[in-house]
Amino acid sequence: MDFSVHIGSLTLKNPLIAASGCFGYGVEYADTIDLSTLGGVAVKGLFLSEREGHAAPRIVETPAGMLNAIGLQGIGVRRFVDEHMPELRARRATVIVNVCGTTIDEYVEVSRILSDTEGVGAIELNISCPNIKEGGIQFGCSLTGTFDVVNAVRHVTTLPLFPKLTPNVTDVASFARAAEDAGADAVSLVNTFLAMVIDVETRRPSISNVVGGLSGPAIRPIAVRMVHECRQAVKIPIIGMGGIAEARDALEFIIAGASAVQVGTANFVDPFIWAKLLDGMTDYMRRHGLSSIGDLVGTLDAAAREAGSHA
Amino acid sequence: MPVDVSAEVIANTPLSGHYNVLALAAPAIAAAAAPGQFVMVKASRGHDPLLRRPFSVFEVLRDRRGLPLGISLLNKRVGPSTSRVYSAKAGETIACLGPLGRPFTVVEPPADAWMVAGGVGLAPFAALAEALRAREVRTTLFYGARRSEELFYLDFFRNLGVALEITTEDGSAGEQGRIVRPLERRLAARDPDDEVMVYACGPEGMLAATARAARTYDRPCEVSVERIMGCGMGGCYSCVVPMRTRSGGVHHVRSCLAGPVLRGDDISWE
Repeated sequence: MDFSVHIGSLTLKNPLIAASGCFGYGVEYADTIDLSTLGGVAVKGLFLSEREGHAAPRIVETPAGMLNAIGLQGIGVRRFVDEHMPELRARRATVIVNVCGTTIDEYVEVSRILSDTEGVGAIELNISCPNIKEGGIQFGCSLTGTFDVVNAVRHVTTLPLFPKLTPNVTDVASFARAAEDAGADAVSLVNTFLAMVIDVETRRPSISNVVGGLSGPAIRPIAVRMVHECRQAVKIPIIGMGGIAEARDALEFIIAGASAVQVGTANFVDPFIWAKLLDGMTDYMRRHGLSSIGDLVGTLDAAAREAGSHA
Repeated sequence: MPVDVSAEVIANTPLSGHYNVLALAAPAIAAAAAPGQFVMVKASRGHDPLLRRPFSVFEVLRDRRGLPLGISLLNKRVGPSTSRVYSAKAGETIACLGPLGRPFTVVEPPADAWMVAGGVGLAPFAALAEALRAREVRTTLFYGARRSEELFYLDFFRNLGVALEITTEDGSAGEQGRIVRPLERRLAARDPDDEVMVYACGPEGMLAATARAARTYDRPCEVSVERIMGCGMGGCYSCVVPMRTRSGGVHHVRSCLAGPVLRGDDISWE
């Protein structure tokens, strides 16, 4: 069965990618699972320098989900390259580095360093973190900002490049188009939904940053809808994510138009989820007589439904 | 290397209306667990509550031949997950991932071991006491609770030969007040040439006071911290603890990887 996925010059052996911010730097899981069996490992977002992130509490549970505001704590791109890339290479992980910046120059500089690093498979531009003011969201919430940052990084790297889009805009598809116009090889979506939880006993926000990003199964139907909208707007591949916890969830994104998917929150619950997802997808493909996962991408049969849905 | 087991509930022993001890069949975890390590428990099957919850390994359970059979958890019912752990029935299975985290440093004689527990902070100390007593370390448990009905497992510790110092907030057992008071007295009275290792687990204020007292009397101190944890594996960066840096700043470490046992001196207590 052919699970391979092509994104620009990058080939993933299957469509399952560990989502950035949910998998540390990958090395944390290297003794628990075989990293080379994943389609890709999207490591935690990296700026040029180290960041301490927000104070605890950083997460709170919500119905079928969770809210987080970590604040992009991180070791900076140079320490990542020196300390963790050797192990990720040795483990034969397909490494996708999530790149952050407070300015376009910083995105460019971080991307340049990664382009010179052996073993980096792709760059995911984080223009969508909802939890820090200077964390790229100012680019991700503006069409020209999205175009400019993708365009600037495009000029310094030949690595496959895809921005991670925020759902906290009116029309995600227009941002996917801006990214495509700027030369992105793909788009990944969605980052978390800006949200809030209040402890009514203390009347305090439940996390230190007051607001945070909502993830988990609760957001999945909205994320699927957004992938569906983007599929109709762009030709480049889409990497879908948002609340995937079972094989059928991943398949939903693929049918909606995603070539690959990322899994984040569900990995917290079950670090061994990857083999289970792949087994479930294999079973589905067998039942549906498919030999290549690519044949399922964007195969939504909307016509049958649309005939009656707007009546 | 942690394993995820579908652990059968061997027994659920209620200790009070809020506390219970849950015994789980998990030989692989029991065989690998060191005192102070934890497991991530999924108490529900569906998405609500979604995340696992961390529990210290309370006891390592062994069969008659001494082979590891499973672990027990000391649980206090406070939220949805702990309520499910409180009401779990024998024969049910519960997903249990572990062992995880950095354990306590188990001292050797002639060092004495002083374990300081507040409330449900007793959780890592049954396993630690067994390890210490197996090495014939003279061990004292300083154990503070709200009231006498919330003091548990006293006979367990006595039978191991652990000396007890008890305080309750209402004075219904032991000395009235906080557990740090007798600890400070004993620290002050102890010959500085004797080796004493202080271990602590409990509410944040108690941990800070214990770490401060140990520092005052120049005793090493390891504390087991409890943080809201997303994954227990280092993936999410939720469970951070602020540590002091040499330059006087603060550095966040993940308590699931760097801890849950940390040196009391290294933490930046607010």
